[in-house]
Amino acid sequence: MKITLSNFSGIPIYEQIKEQIKSQILSGELKEGDKLPSLRELARDLRISVLTTTRVYTELEKEGFITNIQGRGCYVLGEGSELLKEHMLREMERNLSDALKAAKIAGLNISEVHQALDLMNEDKQDE
Amino acid sequence: MSDAINVKNISKIYPGFELKDISFNLPKGYIMGFIGPNGAGKTTTIKLILNMIQRAGGTIEVFGLDNIAYDAEIKEHTGVVFDNHYFLDEWTLNDINRVMALFFSNWQSSIYREKLEQYQLNPAKKVKELSKGMRLKLMLAVAFSHDAKLLILDEPTSGLDPVARDELLETLAKFIQDGERSVLFSTHITSDLEKIADYITFINNGRLIFTGIKDEFIDSFRLVKGGKEDLTPDVKAHLIGYREYDSGFEGIMYTEYATLFPNLLAEKSSIDNIIVFTYKGTNGL
Repeated sequence: MKITLSNFSGIPIYEQIKEQIKSQILSGELKEGDKLPSLRELARDLRISVLTTTRVYTELEKEGFITNIQGRGCYVLGEGSELLKEHMLREMERNLSDALKAAKIAGLNISEVHQALDLMNEDKQDE
Repeated sequence: MSDAINVKNISKIYPGFELKDISFNLPKGYIMGFIGPNGAGKTTTIKLILNMIQRAGGTIEVFGLDNIAYDAEIKEHTGVVFDNHYFLDEWTLNDINRVMALFFSNWQSSIYREKLEQYQLNPAKKVKELSKGMRLKLMLAVAFSHDAKLLILDEPTSGLDPVARDELLETLAKFIQDGERSVLFSTHITSDLEKIADYITFINNGRLIFTGIKDEFIDSFRLVKGGKEDLTPDVKAHLIGYREYDSGFEGIMYTEYATLFPNLLAEKSSIDNIIVFTYKGTNGL
């Protein structure tokens, strides 16, 4: 796991850590079953408050990215996790709704949006 | 969650100074920053916790035990680091090993020798020959050698260079690793606390201003800025303290009030600014 904190970004420390762990899980750098450092280890390494790392892990657990096994530590949940799937579904719906709003402003009808989506999908599969 | 320290409504009266109705608790396993300007009552509070002076009112529990009735038990498990050390100048570090073994039933010479080596302190040296940074390390070595569960530091970083301060923070972070040990850390060098502290207790002029989670502390204040014409009586009434200058003003406001004045620039404040402007405000400067 890699965490780099900026003191000048204006983004709260807990959010920086949370986003970095999330993106490493989504990109597959952190895999299902990987053990995360303990709350106190992470706080010590980054020289931050234990309460800050507690907040990060609590929120990641709520969003379905990790699971806290009492007495054993925190583990990454894989793509198979129902919670993570649910979370990604919500994420997709939110982005699609934004896309639809933009399409409406641009005067595109729904079949044109469908076409654009199909095209993007083909491009993705070529990659 | 049990508390390492639980202070309830304590007070102390000196001629010209009154510590009034101070309450806070430090949960076991965490670091609390104890802040406030000089003369706010930080050292008085610490002395009351350590049963070094008599209180006028209130209760204090350390490890869940009354701090007067269980004075000896508490001292066994409490390490203190003061700005001024409490050793005799003529003692060598070897002498301290022998003396402390008399004070503490759980004193471990092997750990003491280990720590001296780790901190690169020569056991043959006398206390008076040590630099300020070395004395701090000596006091830490003593605290660790009787397996302290609570570390109370009073202004340990004043007069230390950045390297020594960083080493201290590292030591404290390691100290609380097992979740059983706690730290109360009074300082006016707040950059030390900005990241590492879990809780903050802020007193000013003998009164408690805030106690709680550090992030909530920082988040409950905003540094607001504006032009001279923005400093209306209404704005003034909501400012805790401020500074006026030719091209405008800046000051500290509770976050809930800051939203009432959307024309002002409101940003997150450093702990330093919160202390400075609170001091200015309460002292009518």
